[in-house]
Amino acid sequence: MTTLLVFAAGVLCACGAYLMLGRQLSRVIIGIGLLGHGVNLLLVLSGGDGGRPAFGGDASPDELDGFADPLPQAFVLTAIVITFGVVAFLLSLAYRSWRLTADDAVEDDLEDRRIARSAGSGGDQ
Amino acid sequence: MTALVALPILLPLFGAAVSVGVGRWRNLQRLVGLSVLGAVAVLTAVLLARVDDAGVAVVQVGGWDAPVGITLVADRFAVLLLLVSVLTMLAVLVYAIGEPGAEQAHVGFHPLYLILAAGVSASFLTGDLFNLFVAFEVMLMASYALITLGGRPAQVRSGMTYVAISLIASTLFLLALAFVYAATGTVNFADLHGKLADLPPGVRSALAVLLLVVFGIKSAVFPLFFWLPDSYPTAAAPVTAVFAGLLTKIGVYAMIRTQTLLFPPDTWPGDLLLVVAGLTMVIGVLGAVAQNDIRRLLSFHIVSQIGYMVMGLALFTVAGLAAATVFIVHQIVVKTTLFLIAGLIERRTGTGQLGQLSGLARTEPFLAVLFLVAALSLAGIPPLSGFVGKLALVDAGLDARSYAIVAVSLAVGLLTLFSMTKIWSNAFWGAPADHGDRSTDIHAGGRRLMVGSTAALAAFSVAIALWAGPLYGLSERAAGDLIDPTAYVEAVLGP
Repeated sequence: MTTLLVFAAGVLCACGAYLMLGRQLSRVIIGIGLLGHGVNLLLVLSGGDGGRPAFGGDASPDELDGFADPLPQAFVLTAIVITFGVVAFLLSLAYRSWRLTADDAVEDDLEDRRIARSAGSGGDQ
Repeated sequence: MTALVALPILLPLFGAAVSVGVGRWRNLQRLVGLSVLGAVAVLTAVLLARVDDAGVAVVQVGGWDAPVGITLVADRFAVLLLLVSVLTMLAVLVYAIGEPGAEQAHVGFHPLYLILAAGVSASFLTGDLFNLFVAFEVMLMASYALITLGGRPAQVRSGMTYVAISLIASTLFLLALAFVYAATGTVNFADLHGKLADLPPGVRSALAVLLLVVFGIKSAVFPLFFWLPDSYPTAAAPVTAVFAGLLTKIGVYAMIRTQTLLFPPDTWPGDLLLVVAGLTMVIGVLGAVAQNDIRRLLSFHIVSQIGYMVMGLALFTVAGLAAATVFIVHQIVVKTTLFLIAGLIERRTGTGQLGQLSGLARTEPFLAVLFLVAALSLAGIPPLSGFVGKLALVDAGLDARSYAIVAVSLAVGLLTLFSMTKIWSNAFWGAPADHGDRSTDIHAGGRRLMVGSTAALAAFSVAIALWAGPLYGLSERAAGDLIDPTAYVEAVLGP
């Protein structure tokens, strides 16, 4: 089960990286979301093998050895909330950008464009 | 003592909440912002005196003991940098209040600024890796909103890059966290200091390099700096100034903290860091020389100067780390001053393009003096603060027999001077250009606040040079704690 989840995390990260290399903002944002999920999954796995019970009930601390490690789960909850907030912010930025330019594409870097222009005018095309 | 360590984080957060509540009354918001940052500055100064006297101060939040609970740790290195950061933020807030712009137009400016302050304090004082991540996110979240405040097309375009890059860095940080936790079962710095040493060297090196990449993106070292000169210049002047002064330096702080405290000496990536430091200095300054816009030029200088700090870390000696500490203190102040001056120039003339500026020395003599002090300090001309920092670095480099990096750092100093001369000869010398006075929309009081806060920061950088002896002494003690973290570990985990 753990191995399968590791592969799932890998596939999520790969898809995220692929989407982020695209030129459309909406793709980039979905890519970032997928990458975040992949890493969150990995963070859950850092607590050890799955299948152990989450609650101890009335058990004394000595009997709790076989229970799931709560710390990574707390980490993941925090991380999910943070990623959620930032992705929401990114979406609103993308919406703003779409309102301003009526276009979803990431624009060229200003510096790149300037260099390309000066190279084009200087050299023989 | 407990309150002293926790209040620099809690006060700004509380202040931010109050600031939202009184959003309708701008003057009340100003009062809240100034009094909170002022109080934090006083508290941090007291804390620094205490910590320097009595050693590391630790607070276990909520009473849970160290490897499990949330730990706040105040040692000399963290508190010294925190004090300088808070004083700088206070000066920039005064500037922002004087300037008609972001602060007056948006209800959100003051709360965001205070949340940024809370994130900065938490980044310096946190004692575990996961809370460092959370503190970074708090700080970054506020910075995302601040950098796009106003929502102009250029801001949205560059804000997008900034948020996406920061988010990728955060995701990598989370990845590193997952690996560290899976390998050791803890995220507490002091606990990791012992447990990481037991891991196989290969795993340790992988973790060290992963953390280096994460903080390398945050602090804009070569080859991970490309986002910085694109995104910083588009924000409002005070926002750019405070980002330029603080955010990248906190990346460097995290780099120094994790590399020295978490990893044992045999995994210190000294040679790798020396190469990175040299390339960062050279590429950054070459980028700066090619620019024609004051803010873009200064943004490339941020990158170049980060190289010096990494150089201090890469030597992994007490002298090197002490020099890096002095250099970070100097940079936080001087970089902020330069960006505030750039803001004043743009406010006065309506442009930051060097080609369109001329003769400001005639029309704005006081501004010219301020620029001269800050620019010469950046270039490392004696007797200003940059000279103190660079002298300490060169001295440490020679002691460690790293002659190549010393030569590079000196050559880059010359190029820095050259690019500063470029601003000086274009903007300040020559016949006064006919751009009129565009600053008529500022009332005299606001103008006095803007120039006054810039002058105060310039005076602060001169003070750093004047009291260089005590500052270096303090930095040397801080660096000693970094190289030999026994006191830190014992303070957190108990002897």
